[in-house]
Formats: sequence, structure tokens, C-alpha cells
Amino acid sequence: MNLSQNNSQLVPAALTSTNLPLWKQEGAEPFLRIENITKKFGEFSAVDNISLDIYKNELFCLLGGSGSGKSTLLRMLAGFETPTSGRILIDGVDMSGIQPWKRPVNMMFQSYALFPHLSVEENVAFGLKREGIARSEVKQRVGEMLELVQMSHLGKRKPHQLSGGQRQRIALARSLIKQPKLLLLDEPLGALDKKLREETQFELINIQDELGVTFVVVTHDQEEAMTLSTRIGVMNHGEIVQIAEPHDVYEYPNSRFVAEFVGSVNLFEGRVIEDEPDRVRVQSKEAGGMLYVSHGISCAPNQKVHVALRPEKIRISSKQPPQNENCIHGVIEEIAYMGSQSVYRVRLASGMEVRVTQPNFARDMDERFTWQDQVYLFWEVGSSVVLTS
Amino acid sequence: MQRQSLFLKMTATLGFIFLYAPLIALIVYSFNKSKLVTVWGGWSLKWYGELFRNEQIIDAALLSLKIAFISASLAVVLGTIAGLVLSRFGNFRGKLILSGWITAPLVMPEVITGLSLLLLFVAMEGAFGWPAGRGIGTIIIAHTTFCMAYVAVVVQSRLSQLDDTLEEAAMDLGAKPASLFFLVTLPLIKPALISGWLLSFTLSLDDLVIASFVSGPGNSTLPMLIFSKVRLGVSPEVNALATIMIAVVALGVFAAILQMRRQIRLTVAANQA
Repeated sequence: MNLSQNNSQLVPAALTSTNLPLWKQEGAEPFLRIENITKKFGEFSAVDNISLDIYKNELFCLLGGSGSGKSTLLRMLAGFETPTSGRILIDGVDMSGIQPWKRPVNMMFQSYALFPHLSVEENVAFGLKREGIARSEVKQRVGEMLELVQMSHLGKRKPHQLSGGQRQRIALARSLIKQPKLLLLDEPLGALDKKLREETQFELINIQDELGVTFVVVTHDQEEAMTLSTRIGVMNHGEIVQIAEPHDVYEYPNSRFVAEFVGSVNLFEGRVIEDEPDRVRVQSKEAGGMLYVSHGISCAPNQKVHVALRPEKIRISSKQPPQNENCIHGVIEEIAYMGSQSVYRVRLASGMEVRVTQPNFARDMDERFTWQDQVYLFWEVGSSVVLTS
Repeated sequence: MQRQSLFLKMTATLGFIFLYAPLIALIVYSFNKSKLVTVWGGWSLKWYGELFRNEQIIDAALLSLKIAFISASLAVVLGTIAGLVLSRFGNFRGKLILSGWITAPLVMPEVITGLSLLLLFVAMEGAFGWPAGRGIGTIIIAHTTFCMAYVAVVVQSRLSQLDDTLEEAAMDLGAKPASLFFLVTLPLIKPALISGWLLSFTLSLDDLVIASFVSGPGNSTLPMLIFSKVRLGVSPEVNALATIMIAVVALGVFAAILQMRRQIRLTVAANQA
């Protein structure tokens, strides 16, 4: 396989000389363009008018719960479902009416879908043989591909003689052997146990980097999406709610749904008192006072909003902190020691429960809390986000 | 292995006796020396010798085997097509009618199947001269008709157990519909085809009623011959013949069971993969 030849165009994955990712460059040509795609099953819209541009060498994650339409969207890219309306363009070519076996796309299935009657080698070779490639070349490329996924020694086995992790690698090898322009991965790590999943995640990124294939990954696992992707598209009820880089999805969610779906979050309901140029003041009964947020979406005074605050952004102390802004008071109700961090659940006077996580910096922390301790919770003005929807 | 209660053991024993005592009696009497079927005259293989010298019986047996072989093979082809259509073509118009039509021979009394086929053959011959007369051809058609129902059911159930994504994966890797079928679907349903064939072969070999309706003069299958012989009085020869048939059918059924067990194992393996 000509892996090394492909590298020139992709080593700084998705980056150009300006060091700006393609999706931030104006006028950059998308590799995969999804235009107003809708898929209806009867009256039900599984995918509802989605438009999305994905660029070369991206590792794009479609993140959503079950029934969010992410798998349907993926199946339309592969050609297994026909869109009710809209177009899909891959590398500028309209895919409407193009059969699955003619698309420059391969898919790695959630169930792996390895052919049980074929050996590992025959499974991997299947795609190449359909192209009528010479036997010797098939053999060589299969060998290289198995080496890439470190499965050379198991070539003669049948799929049922492999472990879950091994099957996952074979499925990956099989889907990459035809050097597709676009690889679709349906929950690629879903069937693996946690430890194996973490290892495989990084391997997947390395392979993607090495081969320079554009990946579209469907997952319900936000952690997976965070570590893998260049960008995440969060889906809900057949629509894309937010498209952003992992960092931005987490730090700047654009709605309550995204904030709650990705990671855990504390949401304080409140009313905008003043929208100053550099910050917003929100009066929140739940928080029992005024909250200050230094950024957020533009909002009008007296508008009902939510202030979203990640548990790890909150500091906890038994002593009154020097700052007056963004400081609330409560009682520790529950403590969970999780090794690397501790999770506290603090009950405020309003009855609201706030989740706080603190890394365990030292083996013995200077401050140890126990149940029913009165504590102060405080955070930076820049740590929370105002959400209007 | 857990200990079984006495009651269970007794039930099992009685069940086996009930099912197998007649067969055992028949097999034992096929080794009877006496010319009278009901009187025991000591052990002998004499009737087997007589049997193999009886050309009429040998011819009938060969005819039956030939018919069974051909109609089982045809039934597998047609039944597979029917099974595929029923399980892979989604909800097309007339699906219910087709599935009812295909499975009808399973529940239809043989007399009615035989009679209706006979009427059809006669009407067709009157209308366009084919089939000219009745004989091997019409028996094969009749047997194929009801055997393919069994094959269709077996194939359909096997297909419904198959993981759809296997076929999608093949398409995704560039397999056009024809190669998809021959390289992926067919190997995966092979066990069902083999057990369907064996089942059809046994059913065809066994059939008396339908064959009696649609066969013509001079084309007696083995069951027909036995039946006509028995009407003239049971001869010990028929016992020997029946014993051989039991052995053949038992082998067929045994092979079919083995095949089905393999199929189950494959399914389990496929589901794990």
C-alpha cells in the first residue's frame, strides 16, 4: 500500500501554512458536504434538514443519544438509506443515486460485521478482490494492512476465534484496505471494555493521521468524541444542535441540551439584571444571589436565562473566600472519593443541589470535608456560561 | 448431568417404546425365515436376497431415488428464491399472499394437493398438450411443489437470523448484488440449503398419496409399489424393503439434524463475530 506517499498532504492534519484549521479558513473547499438532508420514516423525521461541511483529514464526531438520527445520517453517507430530500457531495461529487458499492466510502460497523465464513485474511481482502486487483497485490496489501493493525499473526483465524478487541482491529483493517476517501465509523469502540477503549482511541487517531483518511465517527460516548475528534457535531432529535471543536463544545455549550449532554453541569435559573459590555449580571433565586458571567450569548435585561457551571470549575472551602462575586454557601450532602478526584454534592439554601469536583492534589489534603460541613463555593467570572436556550 | 427422577425415566422409556416398537417389530420380522409374515421361523437373510432379485422392486426403488434427487434439487433452488424474496424484499404488494401460498402445501391435506395437481395437469394437457401424459415428469413437478415450501421456510428462518449488516458490509466493500449473494449470503445460508435438500429428499422418497394421483401407468414409485403389494397380502419381502427404507430415511434425517446443529453453531459464531 502506498501509505507513505499519501503522507505529504496530511502530516499537519487538517492544518495549512497559516496553521488555521480548514473549517476556520474562509472559502476552504469542504470534502464532504451535506446539504439540507432530511430522512423521514413515515411521518417521523429521523434526520431533519441537516447541513454540514466536513473538511479533508478531519476526524468528525457525530455525538448524540439513541434516536438522535446520527446513525441514520451515517447510513445515508454510506448509501444504505436514501435521503427523503437534500444532497450529499463527497469531494464535489453528488452521491444521489449512487449505489453503496460504487461510493468512495467505507464503513466500520458497530457489530464489526465480519464475515463468519471467511478467515481474517479473506475478510480483509474482500474489498480488494471485488476491484479485480491482481492476487499478488491483494496479498501484499492485506499483509501490510494486517501489520498496521498488528494482527499479522492471526491472519488464518476465523472471526469467532478472535477476542472483541482483535475483531475491532480486523474490522478497521477491512474498512481501510480500499483506501477510501471517507471512512465512516459506527460506534467504533462501543463494544470494547474501558481500558481497551482508551488504548484503541489513540491508535485510531494515529492510523487516521498516517493514512490521511477523513473520518466520520458516530458515537453516543462524549468522552470518546472529546478525545478523538477535530470537531464534534452534537445531535438531538434529528438536528445538529452545535458544531464546534471539543474544547468549545465543553467550555462554551450553546444550549442547555449540549451543556447537559456533554459532561455534567450545574444550571442556575435566573433573570438578567444588567448586560454590561464585559459581563452579565444574573439574579438567581436558586443560587441565592447575584451571578456574574464574563461571556455568553447576547441577552436582554429581564430575560430568563440559565447560568451553566461545570463542577470542576467550582472551588470549595470552609473559610469565606476573599472574593465577593460568585460566592455561594451550602452544606455538603454527599462525598464520593474517586481516587483522582472527589465529588461533592452541596445543598444550597434554596434547596438546589450543586455538584463540585475537586482534584485530589495531594495524598492528604490540607482541608478535609465531611458530611454536613458548611462550605463556601466560589468560581471565576470567566468560568460560567449564560445559556438562553 | 443431574439425576433424573424415576417418573421422567419411565415417561421417556414409554415414549420410546410407543414410537419405536412398531419399527423394531418390522425390522425383526424382516429377518424372519418363515414365509408367513406373522409366524416366527428363526433368523434369515433370505428375504433380502429375494428382494434384490425382484426387478420390479429394484426399478421402483431406483425411480423413487431419481425422483427424490431431482425434486429435492429443484425444490432447493426454487425454495431459496422464495425464501429470499420473502425475507429480503421488504414489504412489497402481495407479500402476504405469496407467503401464504408458499406455506400452504405444509398444511394442505395431501389428497387435496394431489387431486388439484392432477386436475391441473389434465387441464394443461387439454389446453396446450403439455405435459403429455403423466409419469416421472409430473411426479417431479408435484414433489418439487410441496418440497419447496419446506425449503422456503427453512431458508427464510435462516435469513431472518442473519445479521443484515453482513450484507451491508459486503455492499460497502464493493460487492454488487450478484457477488453479494454468491460470496456472502449463499455461504451463510448453506447449512439451511443442505438441511432443506435432505428434508425434501426424504419427503419425496416417502410420498405415496400425491404420487398416486399424478403418476401414470408403469411409473410406480417405491411407496406405491409397497402399498399395492400389501393390498395383495403382506409378504416378508416388503418387510425387508421397509427395513432398508427406514435405514435410508433415518440416515437422511440424521444428516439433516447434524446439518441443522451445525447451522445453529454457525449462527452463534456469527452473532459473536
